[in-house]
Amino acid sequence: MMSNMIFLEALDVQNWTYILVGLTFALYIGIAIWSRAASTKEFYVAGGGVSPLANGMATAADWMSAASFISMAGIISFAGYDGAVYLMGWTGGYVLLALLLAPYLRKFGKFTVPDFIGDRYYSKTARLVAVFCALLVSFTYVAGQMRGVGIVFSRFLEVNINTGVIIGMIIVLFYAVLGGMKGITYTQVAQYCVLIFAFMVPAIFISIQMTGNPIPQFGFGSTLADGSGTYLLDKLDGLSTELGFNAYTNGSKATIDVFAITLALMVGTAGLPHVIVRFFTVKRVKDARKSAGLALLLIVILYTTAPAVSVFARTNMIETVSEKAYADVPVWFKKWESTGLISFDDKNKDGKITYVANPEKNELIVDRDIMVLANPEIARLPNWVIALVAAGGLAAALSTAAGLLLVISSSVSHDLVKKIINPDISEQGELIAARLSAVGAVCVAGYFGINPPGFVAAVVALAFGLAAASFFPAIILGIFYKRMNKEGAVAGMIVGITAMLLYMIKFKLGWFDETLPDQSAWWFGISPEGFGSIAMLLNFVVSVTVMRFTAKPPQDVQELVENIRIPSGAGEATDH
Amino acid sequence: MTKKDPKAYWKANIRYVLILLVIWFSVSYGAGIIFKEELDSIKIGGFKLGFWFAQQGSMYVFVILIFVYVRLMNKLDKTYGYDE
Repeated sequence: MMSNMIFLEALDVQNWTYILVGLTFALYIGIAIWSRAASTKEFYVAGGGVSPLANGMATAADWMSAASFISMAGIISFAGYDGAVYLMGWTGGYVLLALLLAPYLRKFGKFTVPDFIGDRYYSKTARLVAVFCALLVSFTYVAGQMRGVGIVFSRFLEVNINTGVIIGMIIVLFYAVLGGMKGITYTQVAQYCVLIFAFMVPAIFISIQMTGNPIPQFGFGSTLADGSGTYLLDKLDGLSTELGFNAYTNGSKATIDVFAITLALMVGTAGLPHVIVRFFTVKRVKDARKSAGLALLLIVILYTTAPAVSVFARTNMIETVSEKAYADVPVWFKKWESTGLISFDDKNKDGKITYVANPEKNELIVDRDIMVLANPEIARLPNWVIALVAAGGLAAALSTAAGLLLVISSSVSHDLVKKIINPDISEQGELIAARLSAVGAVCVAGYFGINPPGFVAAVVALAFGLAAASFFPAIILGIFYKRMNKEGAVAGMIVGITAMLLYMIKFKLGWFDETLPDQSAWWFGISPEGFGSIAMLLNFVVSVTVMRFTAKPPQDVQELVENIRIPSGAGEATDH
Repeated sequence: MTKKDPKAYWKANIRYVLILLVIWFSVSYGAGIIFKEELDSIKIGGFKLGFWFAQQGSMYVFVILIFVYVRLMNKLDKTYGYDE
């Protein structure tokens, strides 16, 4: 084992991983037992008394998924400038949330997003459409999280991916079913601390190593620590062009597509039900605004570090492997090669690793996820740091999965059972229904984690497009346009989500044609990832047009709109 | 003296939101995407400015915008007697 060779006396990576993962899991379970939910109000919105800071931390952990923690820096490191779509897209949505949604939804003061749509548009159809959209968005998203849990387990603890998924399911089941939103909120606070620490520690170490600057955000704009006086980014641009790639600081995507993807991700973020419901848990309207600000601040700590990690990792990787003899590669290379995440094929038989842009000559394929997972090993950081990354990845995946499961279970028990199927159900009955649907949701998510249908990975990125195309316009118009009626909103949501689904099926899954149509067939040069912004515009246009030809909303709904615009008197989240 | 005037309160709120959203749009879509190439000719330390806005600057501005809005609205709530 590598660890025996390098750290004869110290604990090896695997033992450290068991210790850190075990400790954090014990912590999450402890919190779950301490914060059991006794009422539906506690189960759905944690009783409505969460402090802005705790809610900000929980929102940040809820938001930052396995994709943010494990994959994002790696994606950016291969995409260069184009990676900015994720950075701006997944943070800019919080400005929309804080300015346009969170305060008003908090004042409205119910439990779920379909609650708002159903009441504001005085219609069961509207509520049903909203439930359908919420379930579609949350399920596509949660399957990816369970898969992420499985991958982290299998890579660091060397258990099989499926065993990893099952362990993850049991943990989430435990605190989501027992604690509901209350349990989830306080475990997410702990998970935020774990994941941010796990992300920052290696980043700071590597920043010092490469540039001498302990702050990664400044480090990647600094000169190299080797005394050459060259800026790190200039060096990476040079290395990239030398190997035939685009200069790192220039992208390869069309400007219009960068624009469309960024917009779809921003608006999608603001429309994701599991993010929106977090703002139902604070006490007052002003707390909702403040906690959106705190959440973004806490998220931006990781999001501004990620592009620095990308630059460090990319430079490190090129320097370590490019034109080096395969026989002399470091131990981490062999280790990750055995997991299939690095593959090397000596095409020109010179015994050296040729890493270039040209696919004919390129001999090295590196999975993007490695850039974060293997980064500490590549930089030769201590074993506990490597183990910490595993605990952080798990915290990120579990916290997001739990938030999504809550949305799924409340959509079923509250919006379907209580509001549509059996309005006379008792609170105890509804609470049991909520717990049962959480169990059901975990099982479905776990099933997709173990048997990922080929399209899950492709679809997760599009959950944002679906949210942008459905909820965002309906909520915005519901708050800012008093005249908007149920006909307009329902037509808009249906057209928006259908357009998004069709475009996705045609250009992402290729089910309509013999082969997947290539980029030249995209409408206006916009990728399926960016199409959410077009579908959203379509939703707005259809809503307003249909509204013009149909009746005004009733007086009491207009009063409801006037009421949610005024912050005072929000009271506690109530169930009618 | 506080006066409850929902119409005026709402108008002031919309004005704040619009101004802040113009800034939100300018730093991200403007500086980070549309004018990225032009701004890249300016360098601050090792960063080309357009690249910096896209991968760093716009995110800092987003955080500041929300906190500015929080302050403005807390003040506005007080002026109109809607604070709690």
